[in-house]
Parts: sequence; C-alpha cells; structure tokens
Amino acid sequence: MIDDELNGASPLSEEHALGLVVGGSLSQGVEIRLDPDGKSTVEDLKAGSFVTIHGNKNRFFGVVTDLTLENSDPRVKHNPPPLDDKFIAEMVSGTVAYGTAEVIPHLTMPLVLGDPDVVPVSTKTIPPHFSPAYPASDSDVETVFGREDEQHFWIGNPLDMQSKLCLNLEELVKRSIGVFGKSGTGKTFLTRLLLVGILQGNQASSLIFDMHSEYGWGGQDTDRNTSVKGLKQLFGSRVTTFTLDPAQARRRGISTDEVVNINYSEIEPEDIELLRETLNLSEVAGSSAYNLQHKFGQKDWLHRFLALRGTDINELAVEIGVHPQALSTLHNRLRRLERYNFLDSSPNSRASEDTTDKIIHHLERGNHVVLEFGDYGNDLTAYILVSNLLSRRIHERYVSQTDSAEGNGGKKPRPLVIVIEEAHKFLHPGVASQTIFGIIARELRKYSVTLMVIDQRPSAIDQEVMSQLGTRLTCLLDNDRDVEAVLSGTSGSRQLRGVLSRLEPKQQALMFGHALPMPVVVHTRGYDEKFYAEVTQRQPSKVDDQGRIETAQDRLEREINELF
Amino acid sequence: MEQLAGNNRIGEVIESSTTAFIVQSYRLYNTPPLGSFIQTGSPPIFGVVCKITTEPLDPTRPIIARGEGADSEEQLYKDNPQLSRLLTSRFEALIVGHRAGQQINQHLPALPPRVHSFVNSCSESEVVDFSNHLDFIHLLLNSGSIVTEETVLACMNQLIQAQPLQSDFRTKVGRALAKELSSDIRQLTSILRSLM
Repeated sequence: MIDDELNGASPLSEEHALGLVVGGSLSQGVEIRLDPDGKSTVEDLKAGSFVTIHGNKNRFFGVVTDLTLENSDPRVKHNPPPLDDKFIAEMVSGTVAYGTAEVIPHLTMPLVLGDPDVVPVSTKTIPPHFSPAYPASDSDVETVFGREDEQHFWIGNPLDMQSKLCLNLEELVKRSIGVFGKSGTGKTFLTRLLLVGILQGNQASSLIFDMHSEYGWGGQDTDRNTSVKGLKQLFGSRVTTFTLDPAQARRRGISTDEVVNINYSEIEPEDIELLRETLNLSEVAGSSAYNLQHKFGQKDWLHRFLALRGTDINELAVEIGVHPQALSTLHNRLRRLERYNFLDSSPNSRASEDTTDKIIHHLERGNHVVLEFGDYGNDLTAYILVSNLLSRRIHERYVSQTDSAEGNGGKKPRPLVIVIEEAHKFLHPGVASQTIFGIIARELRKYSVTLMVIDQRPSAIDQEVMSQLGTRLTCLLDNDRDVEAVLSGTSGSRQLRGVLSRLEPKQQALMFGHALPMPVVVHTRGYDEKFYAEVTQRQPSKVDDQGRIETAQDRLEREINELF
Repeated sequence: MEQLAGNNRIGEVIESSTTAFIVQSYRLYNTPPLGSFIQTGSPPIFGVVCKITTEPLDPTRPIIARGEGADSEEQLYKDNPQLSRLLTSRFEALIVGHRAGQQINQHLPALPPRVHSFVNSCSESEVVDFSNHLDFIHLLLNSGSIVTEETVLACMNQLIQAQPLQSDFRTKVGRALAKELSSDIRQLTSILRSLM
C-alpha cells in the first residue's frame, strides 16, 4: 500500500533502506534502485561507500562502484519538468526520474551476526530481486575488517563513516606490499602508518632505506609546514637508526645508532648494471664491469680499475676486449663513487660485512632498522647502490639461514620487510629479473623476506613483480597506465578504476589485497599528536625474537646477557 | 436544483456494466460535478463521475432552438415548461471500489450495480474515508474513458479539498500519480500542473 511505503517502514531494520535490488549480475555487480520515497537520493551515496544488502538467506557486504541517473520514460530527457514548478520536480524525482547505484557484493555474512566462528566469506552468489539495501553499520565494518587488536592495525576510516578500518598485519607482512600514488598524495604518511602497524604487530622486522630521512627521526609535513615524529621518537629502542651521512645527522642535531660503511670490494658488476640509468652508461659500458671483474678478481676489480689513469685504460680495454671509449666512460662515471664518504677504498677492510652484520643483529633481536641517507638521499646513484648491495647481503644470510633451518630443523629467521622508495629504479622491466629486489619480490615469503615498494610510477615496475604484491595501497593516480598497472590482475578492476581516479588528493587511499577482505577506500588516520598518544599507549614492552612480550625478569636476564 | 429533501439521492442507475454505470438524474441538470464520488446499492459500490450528458428523452425527437425572441435563458425555460419533461441529464460513473463489511476495497466488485439502484452523492467524511488509499487511481487511469485525464484531475482536486491536511495529501497524491504514470511524463506533468 502506498501509505505504508510513505512511512518507510523496513522489515528488518529501524534504519531507512537505501533502495532495492532491481537487477545485476555476479560479475558486474547488482543494481540498487534508490528509494522511490525520495528519502535517499543519489547524492547521499558516494563511490566507495559500504552497503549491506539483506537477502533472504544471507547478508551481502558490498561497495558502491557507480551511480547512475535513470528514468522510466525517456521523454523526461527531452521534456524535463518546468524549473519554476518545484512540486512537479519533487514528484517526478524518485519515480519517473530516479537514481541507481551499482554495488559489487564482496562478502557474504549470516543474517544474524554474533557467532564468532562464522566469518564473512567471499561472495559466490548475489541477493535476489527486491532485497533491501542499507548503509553498512559500524558493527558490519568491524565484522568484516576485524576489531583493532594486536593483529589488526587501525589504518583509517571508511568514507563518511566513523568505524575503525583495520588491516590484518599477519597477512600484510606475509607477502610484498606496494604503496603507490602521485607525488604529494600522502604516500610517505601512509607508509609511516604501515610501519607503525608492523612495529605494533611485531610480526616482522623492517629494514627501511630512508631516502629522504623521513622515517627514523621525524620528517616534515610539507602541507602544514610542521615536523612530524619518526619511528625512533615513537618506539625508542625498538628502532635502530643507521646513517650514511653522519655529518648531516650532526647538523640536524640527532644521534644515530650506527654509521654505514661499504668497501669497494663489495660492489659487484650487478650493482653497476643497476646504476646504468643514473650514471648514464651504455649497455656495453655497463656490462664491461663483468670483464673487469673477470680480469681483476671478485674483490679488487673496482679498486684497481679506479686506480688506473689515462692510457692505462685504453691498454686495458684492448686486453680485455672491450671498446676503449666504453671503458673510458665507465671509468669516468665510476669515479663519481670516490666522492662518497661511506665508501671505503682500502682493499682489505671488512666495513660492509660489519654493517651487514650489525643490521642483521638488530633485526634478529626484533628491532627495526632505519637507514638514513642524509645528503645522499638526493643522489639516486648512492641510494640504489647501497640499498641493492645491503639487501643482497642480507638476503644471502636469510637464504642460508632458512636453508639450514629447513635442513636441521632449526629456527627460521624472523620475517623481514625491506622498504624501498623510488622502486621503479630497481624493478623496471629491464633490470627486475637481475636485481635482488626482483628476486625477493618473486620468491615471496619462502625466505622470510618481503618488500614494501613505494613508488609514484607503478607502470614503470615490472609486471611480474607487480603481480606478486600481496597488498596494494594506492593514493590518487591519474595516469591511465599507472592506474592500469596498479589494478592489473585484480578482480573488479573496471569498477575499482572509477574509484581510484576519484580519490581525494589527501588522506585517501584505495587498499586491496591479502591484508583486507575486500578492496576499500580509506580515509587514513591523521599522523598527529593524537596518533602519537594512541601509539605510545598501545606499545608493547620489549618483545623477544619469538614474539613473546618480555617480563621484568626476562628484561633483567637480557640486559645481563647483553653486558657480558 | 436542490436535492431531494432528507437524503443525497440524486438519481437511478439506468445502465450498468462491470467497470461503469450510467445514472439518470431525477432532475434536469442536477448531476454531481465531474470527478466527484457517488455510491449506489447495498453494500455500496463507489463510482467517480466521468461524463455528464443532457439530451432529449426521445432520441428520435431532435431539439429545436427556441430562444430567438426570449430575453434570457431563464425566460426561455419558463416559456417552455415542457422542456424539463422532454430533456434529461445523465452521467457515467467509473466504478472505483466497493465496501465489504468494514473495509473499503479499491477494486471492481464481483457484480455491477443493478439497474434502478438509487444513487447517492458521497459526503465529505465518506470521501476522506475512501481516500485512505489511492490504489483506485489505477482503475481511473485505465478506464479507457476519453476524458480520463480531466476526470483524474477533478477527482484528485476534490479529494485534496476534502482533506484536513491538504498539503501533505497533495504530496501523497503527487507521488501516487507519479508511480502510476511513470512511463508517461507528459500526462503526469499535465495533471500535476493543475493539481490544487
């Protein structure tokens, strides 16, 4: 009866229904005709909002992907109601002219919630015709995304909702993570949040190659022109900072825990291959490093090559069968490395072994390592060289440790997340198959090492690597190729594309993958005083390498062991 | 043209079908207005007036113009008292519902009213009672009458006038019409524009 409809009584809920399912499919999503009573208009919904649809046997949790204006008489387009008669427009809206929402149902839940054993499962069916759709409630969101606890990190809120949206940290660190977005859309803040989450969850250690010194000892909020706290300030002794540039650290008035030193003997032709783009080397020049290594030996090649002067280079070129011009270019470009104070040219030093040992030592103790590049952060050559070299050494250790653990039934190494910025420089299709990061991305969690890649040009990253990213978090992207690259291999990418291109440029990100049960647009948490207070409050005391919380007795024992 | 004393009886059914009936008024020109509610029979069957005609009782005797020398139309009728016997007013009513016990059903009765059933106009309270629901709009719109649009408009305006909360009821009528006429925006706007 018409007046019953006018009252808007809902059979299942006190809250007013958005509308009814009137069509759709499993692959394309269901179509919701918005309420004909005119109480919820198309403007009340947004792309990315959560909706629950009450079917006869299940509840479906979905997300709005598109909104459409429809009509029951096409003539309404040609003869719209007169503007001056508001009554007619009001009567026609919602009846002849109405809105529809396209909703992709992602998860199925039981009609009655409360049984903790019943978890939402991915949808394999759709709600029948005329099932009512409601805005998702806070408890729905909590059921789907989990309640904030040790394993679930509150990353932000769904659009227009106050409910806490959580990431499953265990799933997050199991596979590689991608953080994408145009410059200035909040990648760094999002990464800080994720790192805080990983630190809180204590599932893994992290090694952060901190290009612009933003994560360890605080960074700048360029929009508000204020400084923000870094991980070291928030987590104290659980974070160890390394620096390549102690002079810059002194200028900033901060104390770093360790200084990175790398010996020439550690640099391999593979590193030079990776530096071809930044050093502007031809393929021939880049690959001649392998000839040099063959000639001078594994340890000495760079040291001895850089010691050559003038005509010696030409003679060497002839001797090893490389084009003299190419070798001369290589020599010139590699001499730039001599400017780097963190590189140690003395032939028999074990500087980088020490650095690697120190980093691994800290990681094994459950600490998180931030490697600050200081002034070298603006030098991509230094960033690529150091991060590649150290990651290779650490990865080697992890591989041998894992292999021996499997062989002898010993302890597997603690999972590690390596964070790299400007990831496309390491992972573009030309080099991804050779660099250590390409290998780590493909090996997945076999050796307990995963990547967190941060980049603004995902289209420049090798597709194979992209496909291995378990969880992707992306801020606004507007280049079509980048959007395509981020969404490749994701179900419902057509609908997500619309959502992604409409993100706000600040504090909004589309997240999908293993750490979340379904793709979701998140209004990310503010990184401010309130956040610091909440993080400090939730911080566990020192945690040992098996993930156990340390008691006072344990602490005493550990400190005694460390002393002696 | 006053009604018969003591009741609202206005005429008798002279022709009846499932969807409509034709009523002859007891008095010339004494018909209810277009779109108004009438009832006939017991239990009552409700109708909405849709077409009013005044014509000669004997169809074989055409009407002749008589007023060339008369001062006024009133004078003409006074000078020709036989006219009220030779002419008759009839109207057609579309059936919109019937009473069954305490309930008013807004669909067609199983049987149409009998010929010679007395026809009464509905009081304002009966109209308000009937208009609790507006499902009968569907019957009106689908009657196939050539004056459907005007009948609906007149009927709705009378309903609105009879309501205590006219503005709310107008909205209710508007939305009900919009649902019924969702595939015909032209007819819908035409009715809505003239709604009081």
